[in-house]
Amino acid sequence: MKKLAFIIVGFCFGIIMYKSEAASWFRIYEMFRFESFHMYGIMGTALAFGILFVNLIKRFNIKTFSGEAITIAPKEKSITRYLAGGIIFGLGWALVGACPGPIFVLIGAGYLPVIIVFLAAVFGTFLYGLVRSKLPH
Amino acid sequence: MELISQPWPWYVSGFLIAFTMLILLLMGKKFGMSSNLRTFCAACGAGKASDFFRFNWRNDIWNLLIVVGAMLGGYFASHYLSNGEMPLISEATVASLQDLNISANNQYVPVELFSLESLSNIKTLAILIIGGILVGFGARYAGGCTSGHAISGLSNLQLPSLIAVVGFFIGGLIMVHLLYPLIF
Repeated sequence: MKKLAFIIVGFCFGIIMYKSEAASWFRIYEMFRFESFHMYGIMGTALAFGILFVNLIKRFNIKTFSGEAITIAPKEKSITRYLAGGIIFGLGWALVGACPGPIFVLIGAGYLPVIIVFLAAVFGTFLYGLVRSKLPH
Repeated sequence: MELISQPWPWYVSGFLIAFTMLILLLMGKKFGMSSNLRTFCAACGAGKASDFFRFNWRNDIWNLLIVVGAMLGGYFASHYLSNGEMPLISEATVASLQDLNISANNQYVPVELFSLESLSNIKTLAILIIGGILVGFGARYAGGCTSGHAISGLSNLQLPSLIAVVGFFIGGLIMVHLLYPLIF
């Protein structure tokens, strides 16, 4: 039953990504050219409501559906890894016009070449695992 | 029905993305799509090559189910809630497509990059592979992608996520403004 709930959440997320056009290369390209408000509007609204939701959870000590406390693990302090990793990610995001969520959505939508992007992304993750100890973090 | 089959306005989409994050928090999970790439590696036995992949990936099966759902959602939205049209991007953006040899008469994503015929082009293949590697490597190095940092992390006002998002944009701007003219 709980498994089905996760599939349903993913299903809704997939529809949202597709219909928002955040999964389209064209919207990402346009965003990085600053020629439309669309993507900034999406991220701004998501962020405004996201901040509101997280604050409500903290203020009213809202629990999970199963009654446990909601904790959001703080990220470790660093600049190098976030900036360097972020730049590498941004280069790829702008090149293929898809971040990890939309990669799955586009495969489902039938754009089969995106399977290559997915396999390459898994390989990129694997590469990171191999060289991680040698990278500045 | 007409309203749903149109592309959704940004404020509807933005709200629904935040709502997705809220539901996941209430389910005792977190919103992060790129973690799945690490889980795939672990499930395929990458733990033999690096201890980065030595963890109990079965605890993350819930996230793989999200992926299954997202693929079904992509199928459903593209087949029943849309006609696969090219997004109505700004005229300035449309005009610039010519320089990239990408048609202004296109589909949801450019056929020049994402059609089976285009795969016979070595350059297209290289773009998809290199782009994918950068996404996978960068997301793990930065500890998250658009969902984990730009939405979840910033919603919790975490400084590391802000640094990562600044990085996303530096990388994206370098790619589109400096590297695109060399690549396309």
